[in-house]
Amino acid sequence: MSAIINALPSIWGGLVITLALSALVVLFSLIAGVILGLAILWAPAPVRLAIRAYSDVIRSIPLLVLIFFVYYGTPALGIPLSPFWAAVIALSAFKTGHIIEIVRGAVGSIPRGQTDAGKAIGLTFVQRLTYVILPQALRRFLPPWLNAVTDSVKGSALASLVGVVDLMLSLQQVIGRTYEPMPIYVIGALIYFVINFTLSSASRRLEARFAYVRD
Amino acid sequence: MDYIFNFPIVLRHWDKLAWGLLLSLELAALSILIGAAIGLALAVVHNDGPRWARTAVAGYVEFIRNVPLLLLIYLMFYGVPSIGGFAYDAATSFVITLSAYAAAQLVEVFRAGLDAVPKGVVDAGRAIGLTRWQRLLYVRLPVMFRVALPSLSNAFISLFKDTSLASVIAVPELTHAAQWINFNTFRILEVYAIVTPTYLVVGWILLAALRQLEKRFVVVRR
Amino acid sequence: MSATEPPLVAIRDLCKSFGAVRVLEGVSLDVPRGSVVVLIGASGSGKTTLLRCVNALETYDSGSITVEGTEVGFRAPGRRRGEGELAAIRAGIGMVFQQFNLFPHLTAAENVMLGLRKVRKLDKEEARSRAIHWLERVGLGAKTESLPGELSGGQQQRVGIARAVAMEPKLLLLDEITSALDPELVGEVLAVVRRLAGDGMTMLVVTHEMAFARDVGDRVVFMDAGRIAVEGKPRDVLVDPQHPRLRSFLSRVELKRAEEDA
Repeated sequence: MSAIINALPSIWGGLVITLALSALVVLFSLIAGVILGLAILWAPAPVRLAIRAYSDVIRSIPLLVLIFFVYYGTPALGIPLSPFWAAVIALSAFKTGHIIEIVRGAVGSIPRGQTDAGKAIGLTFVQRLTYVILPQALRRFLPPWLNAVTDSVKGSALASLVGVVDLMLSLQQVIGRTYEPMPIYVIGALIYFVINFTLSSASRRLEARFAYVRD
Repeated sequence: MDYIFNFPIVLRHWDKLAWGLLLSLELAALSILIGAAIGLALAVVHNDGPRWARTAVAGYVEFIRNVPLLLLIYLMFYGVPSIGGFAYDAATSFVITLSAYAAAQLVEVFRAGLDAVPKGVVDAGRAIGLTRWQRLLYVRLPVMFRVALPSLSNAFISLFKDTSLASVIAVPELTHAAQWINFNTFRILEVYAIVTPTYLVVGWILLAALRQLEKRFVVVRR
Repeated sequence: MSATEPPLVAIRDLCKSFGAVRVLEGVSLDVPRGSVVVLIGASGSGKTTLLRCVNALETYDSGSITVEGTEVGFRAPGRRRGEGELAAIRAGIGMVFQQFNLFPHLTAAENVMLGLRKVRKLDKEEARSRAIHWLERVGLGAKTESLPGELSGGQQQRVGIARAVAMEPKLLLLDEITSALDPELVGEVLAVVRRLAGDGMTMLVVTHEMAFARDVGDRVVFMDAGRIAVEGKPRDVLVDPQHPRLRSFLSRVELKRAEEDA
């Protein structure tokens, strides 16, 4: 038991890395995903096709393979990356595919009549996007996006497999010292659970709160 | 870029890759079958059972959904035997974990499917004198199954990708084979240039095949 | 109306296809200033498409639509207008939709204010007082802070009308604005339109309400298979029609009305 208590600081250190890694992935995938997700709706056909292909391909590759590929593959290409940044890049590239689909779904679900009505009162494309389409799309974007955030936190555990000392690897290291796998894994599971459950309940609350605007 | 590709040295180990792929498919197939059976039972319990059972199912689903699969795999392979005083092989342990994981996701799918069965159809079953179990077996489940089919296909493809995680407990599936060749030949780019499209293409072929299969059931419905 | 004054809207030889389907085949029509022109016809006859062409919600292939002398769809022959030009043209034309198309995330007042603020560039207070003025005129002074989801269909449609007329358009397009309403809510919406017509608003109206067409329309246009089949004064077109297709159309509408009333 005391061994476990002694291990808490290193678990805490791992948790910080997990949160930092997840936060970066969430940020990068949000930016890239929103830009590409809007582009897939309005950009010229070749660009749309390229984004479509990217999204379909990246979502069809196992995340672990992608992480290994980026981490072990980039040095061969002459650009060695630290495990942390390799994981950030692989996870962000992967998550971007999902965000593209969420954006597309959210914006695509806005009825055509909304665009018509916006046009009819003389709003330009950018104004329609700003005042009519995006505010409505945001409400449909947030709940699935929060789910994608929990996915990112869960996915970040795979970074441990290329040597990022995140929560997952800290747990493994503690087990290596204490030989008490079960309690440590349970503690780890609880920590992940608390983070993700908080996020997914927020997602459900948002969904309930925005329900009234859906006629 | 001065990297010189050398595919032959990697392809010398093609048998490892082929067996790995086959094992990946087996793991995914076993897990979807076991997971669907458990998921179906849990969904029926959740929709028709007493409140405590409902809470238990919801708790199980929440737990699995909010913890990384990787941690569940370790927990099952290293953790559980350590307190149970027994041991099992890595592949068995992995199938148990992935089935439990699949079950949690499929509960939601099946529940939505059961909810989608029109009340009038169930009433019609009642009207011709079917018992509760007969209604479930002959009316609700067949209708639910057709609604849930596309999600089942997606779940299977997703599980196929997740089998790559079995490599972390040394189950010799496709990703493990890739890593093995990696460490023995150092031809990293070649290995992944083969393995990545393999996952991609096999996944797409499976999905296309499953969509064909779904169509058959949809035609029956209309 | 003097004989020399040009019509507000002049449509000439308008043609449009959706792929291989020809929906408008050489339509010519004038809407004089201050008049109400009613388009009737079976679904698929092209009347809604014609209406949507007038404020460029649809493009047209050939022919011309001018509003106050300005060609709507084209900058020059063969050159379509850009987004900014279209927005400016549409700002002068109001439109009310069958499905209301209110912005569900905005209150009734905000729905009306959006165009006033972002297109007319009024400041917030001015926009709000105008919005409230128009909502009062359509009988919704008590509902200004309600979201569309909290309003009945008839109330939503009256907000839709307020949103269009608050922009003080020179022309108002009404696209089957009572078709999605329960029968008991139709009256309140048509009453508002009657008042606007009385105030001299120029309107192009697609409707299935024949009584309304007769009362309010200055001219009635029967469209059939993408062409204008009959055009004239409401009394001449709707009472004792001679055209066989018009006759069968009117009897179908009567029948449907009778079923709904029953």
